[in-house]
Amino acid sequence: MDSSAIIDILQPLVPGAALEAGRSVDFATIYVPADRLVETCRALRDTPSLDFKVLAEVTAADYLPREPRYEVVYHLLSISKKLRLRLKVRVGNDASVPTVQGVWRGAAWPEREVWDMFGIVFDGHGDLRRLLMPEDWEGHPARKDYPVQIRKAAQTYEPLEVSEQEFRANIERDRVKRAH
Amino acid sequence: MAEIRTETMTVNMGPQHPSTHGVLRLVLELDGEVIQSVMPTIGYLHTGIEKTAEQKKWQQVIPLVERMDYLGAQSNSLAYALAVEKLLGLTMPQRVNDIRVLIAELQRMASHLIWLGTHAMEIGAVSMLFYAIRERELLLNINELIAGFRFFPSYIRIGGLREDLPRGFHETVNEFLDRFPTKMDEFERLLTKNDIFRRRTEGVGTISLDNAFQWGLVGPIARAAGSDYDVRKYFPYCGYETYDFTVPTASEGDVYARYRVRIAEMRQSITIAKQAIQRITPTGVWACDDTRVVPPPKDKVYTEMEALIQHFLIYSQGFTVPEGDCYVPIEGPRGEHGCYIVSDGSNRPWRVKMRAPSFMAIQAIPFIVQNGLIADLVAVIGSTDVVMGDCDR
Repeated sequence: MDSSAIIDILQPLVPGAALEAGRSVDFATIYVPADRLVETCRALRDTPSLDFKVLAEVTAADYLPREPRYEVVYHLLSISKKLRLRLKVRVGNDASVPTVQGVWRGAAWPEREVWDMFGIVFDGHGDLRRLLMPEDWEGHPARKDYPVQIRKAAQTYEPLEVSEQEFRANIERDRVKRAH
Repeated sequence: MAEIRTETMTVNMGPQHPSTHGVLRLVLELDGEVIQSVMPTIGYLHTGIEKTAEQKKWQQVIPLVERMDYLGAQSNSLAYALAVEKLLGLTMPQRVNDIRVLIAELQRMASHLIWLGTHAMEIGAVSMLFYAIRERELLLNINELIAGFRFFPSYIRIGGLREDLPRGFHETVNEFLDRFPTKMDEFERLLTKNDIFRRRTEGVGTISLDNAFQWGLVGPIARAAGSDYDVRKYFPYCGYETYDFTVPTASEGDVYARYRVRIAEMRQSITIAKQAIQRITPTGVWACDDTRVVPPPKDKVYTEMEALIQHFLIYSQGFTVPEGDCYVPIEGPRGEHGCYIVSDGSNRPWRVKMRAPSFMAIQAIPFIVQNGLIADLVAVIGSTDVVMGDCDR
């Protein structure tokens, strides 16, 4: 079942939601607006012809400098229909996503990890504490503007300060594109 | 009579506790010996592998991801390699697929052996660990034979395998596969009908199938609760659909059911591995013929200019992967190992994410052990077979 077939089943169940098929090489991908996410997930789980009972994982990707910057990615699994589905939610810098814990209880930790790593807030989560990083950690390490392997002389007496241009240069450094 | 004052007690278990499989920390709230609530604290083994992978070239990520789930190392690299190959649109020759299947099954046996040894030891059968480790040693010897490295062979590469199988590979594997079923019988004689073992495990840590799915648990834990979901059957990869095997299930959902499922899985792994080793020819192709990804053979590098340039390009700049994202699941020893990769069209991954089955299992532990006894907690942790490297990444 491809993205448009799933959207056809979903659209009457979440009227007015701007569902959009995404490009993918493996299985169906659907972009969902953040404010209709929970409704869509509930429909995906409870519709017998879809039956997405399992939330395999929640993750995100930071597409800096694109706007909106983040995509939160949900991988769903329907065992009875042998189907997989990827839901994507575009999130801007200060925007948030509703939690889907009410649909799948197992979403709690993956969402917490996404907050920990990317700083994306999940509304109604209730337990957005650090999960993998130490409790007093500052910043969200999986963001693309988080300093990593900055080529600078070691500073032992003052904190590392890097400008935004240096962040960008760090991302683009060594990244080679070739035509296929 | 004066009223007796009662209060719950908070006990810290871990991160340095032998039965927490590494550095899992559990804060328990106890009413006598009954567990009121559990709060797992993870992250002690977080090494930022996913972030590090974004700085590496595509092929340099293989050794990194193997260090996530260090007991099932090659299931990580297999998931990653399959994901990258999917974005590149590569198909593997039959022989490569068969060798990968063989390696994945040997890895499953190695991982389950560690689970069996430690799980039984925690419940009191200490000698079980030595028997299990002894057999795993033979599997590590096979790793050493193919790659010179026992734990993290990095033998599976993007576009195929590192090199052809070494001389004596078939004899070593066949010797192990002939010997192992009798050892499995030995293990089962020690445990399956053992009264103490059964009393510690039967009816303990039960989770229903609906709840398992709610918590995102697939793999052996769900199969012990009645599901027949196995990625190898539902979404076959590497030609698993051509192999003759069954998916062991149980319906009780308790610790003993998980034990029976994993034991049966090891027996199935033996039959798959036997089929695979018969299909694999001692010498033959070990990679696909895509020159973008696979370095040219050495004799050409030394004699042909184009081959030399290609060799140099792959090892200096790496290769580029078309823009896009994909998620490839495989059936790892602990359940669904999924690899989600995003490419921006360059020579380095934009994002690498592993779906960690241990992560989901630890999340569900508080739910599984609620109102159980503290001694049962040890049995439950052992039966979920969590690896902290997989959980924390």
